[in-house]
Amino acid sequence: MANARTPLYDWHVGHKARMVEFGGWDMPVQYTSILDEHAAVRNSAGLFDISHMGRLSFGGPDALDLIQHVYTNNAATMKDFQARYGLICNEHGGIRDDVLVYRWPYGWAMVVNASNREKIVGWLLEKKGNRNVQIADQTLDTAMVAVQGPRAIAICAGMFEADPSQLKYYFAAPTRYKGKQCVVSRTGYTGEAGLEVMIGKSAAIELWEDLVARGGKPCGLGARDTLRLEAAMPLYGHELNESLNPLQAGLNWAVKFDKGDFIGRDALLQAQQRSDPVRIGLEVQGKRAAREGAAVLKDGQEIGKVTSGAFSPTLQRVIAMAYVPPDSASVGTQLQVDIRGDKANALVVRLPFYQRPKA
Amino acid sequence: MDPKALRYTKTHEWAAMSGDIVTVGISNFAADQLQDITYIKLPAAGDSVTADRSFGEIETVKAVSDLYAPVSGTVTEVNQQAADTPELIKSSPFGDGWLVRIRVAPGSTLNHLQSYDDYQKQIASEAH
Repeated sequence: MANARTPLYDWHVGHKARMVEFGGWDMPVQYTSILDEHAAVRNSAGLFDISHMGRLSFGGPDALDLIQHVYTNNAATMKDFQARYGLICNEHGGIRDDVLVYRWPYGWAMVVNASNREKIVGWLLEKKGNRNVQIADQTLDTAMVAVQGPRAIAICAGMFEADPSQLKYYFAAPTRYKGKQCVVSRTGYTGEAGLEVMIGKSAAIELWEDLVARGGKPCGLGARDTLRLEAAMPLYGHELNESLNPLQAGLNWAVKFDKGDFIGRDALLQAQQRSDPVRIGLEVQGKRAAREGAAVLKDGQEIGKVTSGAFSPTLQRVIAMAYVPPDSASVGTQLQVDIRGDKANALVVRLPFYQRPKA
Repeated sequence: MDPKALRYTKTHEWAAMSGDIVTVGISNFAADQLQDITYIKLPAAGDSVTADRSFGEIETVKAVSDLYAPVSGTVTEVNQQAADTPELIKSSPFGDGWLVRIRVAPGSTLNHLQSYDDYQKQIASEAH
């Protein structure tokens, strides 16, 4: 079966993007150079086509109840127009997906990973029971674009009826772009300030070209990965999967045990009594990247594996995330990583590797 | 180096023989595929290399690619300039971006490698 294509596919191909399969979609990895695209986000404004991500909407009086049932964070304390990060877990506390929930005055929305869209839609329908809730998958009718970087909000000045500079962090505004309905949110996956825009698919190209004309640099998944790694944001399939729980991943803050029962709550309470491997950050010596699957060693013994790693363009050193037993996870611990047969020294460091300095 | 006069491996290295010294680099096709080179590992002068085995690696932001020796022998010279400035490999893969020189046994040839024309056919079928 052919891969899915976003509304911007032809634009990417027409602009010589190198395309790759990701989560069942043909996506741009890079247009020019990953390092240039990465730098554009850190220094100016980069654009990402994230239309492949799943966009679900919820309506009906029991929508909140269903969301609370499957979601580890507390949706009930969210304000209208707020966005909140959380996990959806299986009964063992293993992570099925990491998601953003949005609260509207008239309903709810959830953005899920592209690779998990069908799984999560199925899970919601399975767990719905006889709740009065309607779930709609808006993904194929819409597009989503991220504008990220210190100039991201500035280049969007005057684009939307709402003023994005007035939006608070992790809040969204339903608004209009050239008369067309859209949602603009102060969210992102790069560690920089910026926006994500959800809009009907027929307006996608016009919106994208407008952003390019305003100085946004098209960026692909290659730069998206190095940016999120520097910000120590987990990526499903690497730092998160069904065999890992949110506590191991360092996402305790997104799990609210006291909000009421949710799928996985009992398992996570029990997990608190165990010493499962935990996510760490490593700075690796040398210039060779430690990548997913590389063994992490202590005193010559393998104690874990790298889940993501790359040469960090901003920090100019190799960084990686891995899971190791808690007794090897303290900041300052000296470990080694096996990179294609050669051992490189690695130091456990505090996460995130990079944080935007407060203005 | 005139690309048409060189011989090629299936893994995109080129070789040129002069006396018993073989100069090795990567083709412009391979160089074009390499964006954002972050690291190059080359052997040292005096190291032995074996035909069809890895003698080094080129790493980009996305992936590591092995460099495969087209011949067996002893490394006599390493292009340190290319190792220090990987852009040279992209800008001049057949010239200043050469990688290593290898001394081979007397009487060796490059006949086991592809001609320029055969290599062009190979990359035409690979490019998509």
